Amino acid sequence: MSEEPLIQMEGITKTFGNGAAAFQALKGIDLTIMRGEFVAIMGPSGSGKSTTMNILGCLDVPTDGVFRFRGVEVQKLDRDQRSLLRRRYLGFVFQGFNLLARTTALENVELPLLYRGEKKVQRRAAALHALDQVGLVPWASHNPSELSGGQQQRVAIARALVTQPDVLLADEPTGNLDSERSVEIMELLRRLNREGITVLMVTHEEEMASYAKTIVRFRDGLVDRIERGGRVLAQESGQA
Amino acid sequence: MLGSTLLLALREIRRHILRSILTTLGIIIGVAAVVTMVTVGNGVTASVQDQISSLGASNFIVFPVRTDRGTIRPFDEIDVRAVEQQIAGVTIAAGNVASSATAFYNGQDWDTRVQGVNNAFLEAQSIAVEEGRPFNQDEELAGKNVCLLGVKVREAIFVPGTSPVGARMRLGGISCMVIGVIEERGQGGNGADNDDAVYMPLKTVQRRFKGNDKLDYFVVKYDEGYVPSAIQDSLVDLLRERRLLQDAEPNDFNVIDTAQVNQALGAATGALTAMVAVIASISLLVGGIGIMNIMLVSVTERTREIGIRLAIGALAREVRLQFLTEAVALCALGGLVGIGLGFGASIGLAALIEVPFVFDPVINIISFVFAAGMGIVFGYYPASRASQLDPIDALRHE
Repeated sequence: MSEEPLIQMEGITKTFGNGAAAFQALKGIDLTIMRGEFVAIMGPSGSGKSTTMNILGCLDVPTDGVFRFRGVEVQKLDRDQRSLLRRRYLGFVFQGFNLLARTTALENVELPLLYRGEKKVQRRAAALHALDQVGLVPWASHNPSELSGGQQQRVAIARALVTQPDVLLADEPTGNLDSERSVEIMELLRRLNREGITVLMVTHEEEMASYAKTIVRFRDGLVDRIERGGRVLAQESGQA
Repeated sequence: MLGSTLLLALREIRRHILRSILTTLGIIIGVAAVVTMVTVGNGVTASVQDQISSLGASNFIVFPVRTDRGTIRPFDEIDVRAVEQQIAGVTIAAGNVASSATAFYNGQDWDTRVQGVNNAFLEAQSIAVEEGRPFNQDEELAGKNVCLLGVKVREAIFVPGTSPVGARMRLGGISCMVIGVIEERGQGGNGADNDDAVYMPLKTVQRRFKGNDKLDYFVVKYDEGYVPSAIQDSLVDLLRERRLLQDAEPNDFNVIDTAQVNQALGAATGALTAMVAVIASISLLVGGIGIMNIMLVSVTERTREIGIRLAIGALAREVRLQFLTEAVALCALGGLVGIGLGFGASIGLAALIEVPFVFDPVINIISFVFAAGMGIVFGYYPASRASQLDPIDALRHE
């Protein structure tokens, strides 16, 4: 059964600056990701993994190439259209948690629903359900400053989940956590992936990447290798 | 969405309460100044108009003044008759003379003023008899001991609910018959109470209280069809001639034109209002720039928050609305505080300079709407800047 890929990148390049100061961060990425995948994107600093993540998250557009998300050519969309795409189909988890300060866990989780124009009662119910998924219902009325790093990251994951997105994008989700909390977060991401959500994660830790089904390794603005279950699937191209 | 945006804005303002207050100070002061000046201005206008109306409904009021010669030469009834008969357009000219006296009735006494007037005076000043009847010709010509009471005097010495008409009371050294009561006229200018008076025929007061045939002043009413300045000129010419003034000598009397006083008052009030408007505009402009400044600071401080909002799918206009709402809420609250302050200041100031407190809802509403409008004008640029941030850069912002 051939299914349409969730994400398709063809010949993606990204150049920052122009003229002599121009820097080509991505030099032609081809990558296909199906629904239900758990992909870890790895690579040294400056290899282009964050830039790729930004494009995958519809936060940025490629300089050249085609990026299809759910069959839609994202590089043709304007700012607000990409915002709507993020609002409906994408959930973000950042290294720095990025919760709103002096705002309770529950309100943080409700935030994406606010922009969907959902009613207060529905927002509350959905946010509590998402907090339940990450096991933080008892902490719902706490502000981020009253939560540990691991708890804050779980709130951030709940916020990403609350809209029931197709894809969860996690940029170094364990970067600010100790190893024990990191394992908790990775277990949580794996569980969510098993429940059906596609997870794309940037990390530079092999241990964290081992939770993913597929590892995409970047080097010098190109996909270097794609590994699945210890086997190298492709080299210098992108079929995941 | 708008409801939660407003809630969010209010919460943000509360978080930085001191900063919010300092920021809106310009608007608070501007609005308070406008509200106070307009309210007190209304009070002053009302007070002066009250004084003017206490001058009566006549067109001119004529009274003698002291000149270099050092004496006051009062007018008499012959002057008044001459004015009425010789100047075309004059319908009524009527004199007034007043004296203080104590009224006694049935064991009660009351210090008041006796106004010597004829019916023509009452008519010229639109003073109506509420109960009983005005003077008759016989009473006026003979100077009979009859009187009309002001309501204050009636309240002071007559039992409530009983009619004083027909009663015989004592006024100073004479006895007089009450023939009527004057309608309530209210507080006049210079603190004089128009209702605290007893009216008797002119001749009676001249003869029994003054012992001469002079007048304190007289009023002139003319037909609306005539040119006021022409009548005033004829009036002055006639009186100068009668008083045998040489060309070089100044008038030893004054003619007040109530219409002119009204006009002058209007012009003064207009000038005052314009001045207040200028001061308030400057204050509000400075206040508005303060708002813009603090909103720009706020946008910078909350860059990361904006990044988060954009990343989770907020549209540019939603971010703009959020900051615009905050600016408008800030300004509107400033406006409310300013109105409150202005209200208090108006009451205090009105009491201080002894003018009535005249609440004007229109200026309060205009001030509030204007203050909120300032939020839109000066909040738009910072809000737009917030909405145009790049989500990636904003998220990286420390």
